[in-house]
Amino acid sequence: MVLLTRKIEFSASHVYHNPALSLEENRRIFGKCNNPYGHGHNYTLEVTVAGEPDPVTGMVLDLKELKDILEREVMQRMDHRFLNKEVPELAGQIPTCENIARVIWELLDSKITQGKLHRVRLYETPDLFADCYRNGASASNGKGI
Amino acid sequence: MPHAVKLELGRRYRFAASHRLHSEQLSEEANWRVYGKCNNPYGHGHNYVLEVRVSGKVDPATGMIANLADLDEFVEREILELFDHKSLHEEVAAFKDVVPTTENLCLEIYKRLKPFPNARLEGVRVEETANNSFEYFGEQQEAPEP
Repeated sequence: MVLLTRKIEFSASHVYHNPALSLEENRRIFGKCNNPYGHGHNYTLEVTVAGEPDPVTGMVLDLKELKDILEREVMQRMDHRFLNKEVPELAGQIPTCENIARVIWELLDSKITQGKLHRVRLYETPDLFADCYRNGASASNGKGI
Repeated sequence: MPHAVKLELGRRYRFAASHRLHSEQLSEEANWRVYGKCNNPYGHGHNYVLEVRVSGKVDPATGMIANLADLDEFVEREILELFDHKSLHEEVAAFKDVVPTTENLCLEIYKRLKPFPNARLEGVRVEETANNSFEYFGEQQEAPEP
């Protein structure tokens, strides 16, 4: 099995606020991220696909196809958007790194038909990221990742 | 499908520390041969980068595996206060009799972070320099025998 990773960057804004909690609770739990006007990040997304290289093309999947999928599913949906209001898949959820990574996994998993989606890693900043794996996969042993 | 995916949260921290690689079980010559420049008796330093990964259920109320403030506070208390701007072999009890290689540093950091109460520690990765890094995931995830 070979792993192939493509990286893209997008910029978006968000706010952390749970309407079921009081203003004070929101402020206590989410801190600065609760600023009602929102704030933004330059997100870096790494998408890793696992598979066997095709004997004819030598490719796990055509990188251009992956690029098109990422453009359609992620860039057009999230780049320069306010995630809380403009991304329906995140409606009713706090748009944390964990939740955005999971939504991106769900958007991509069925679209990648050559090879299999292995990992979605979303960096909110260079020091904070979330990894999403298929449950049950021996995901985080670091071998070959 | 609530459990179709597994999520992990990763966070990076930085600390600067000095160390000297020297084993009491080796002769002066052997120490110099094995550790080279790193055996310099006055020690030397690195800017370490620590990457911590935790997993757990994402709380629907917060969207989080663990509140970053809690993780930051735990790592600050357990690791950074102990190691940052310190001489590892002279000031950190764990390295009194253990050579403070970054392999051993990984093991010590993993041991100290494992009790984090709010999520499950998946692994730690320590960059000693931009070119050298070390990882430890505990012993439960060993690759099966081929």
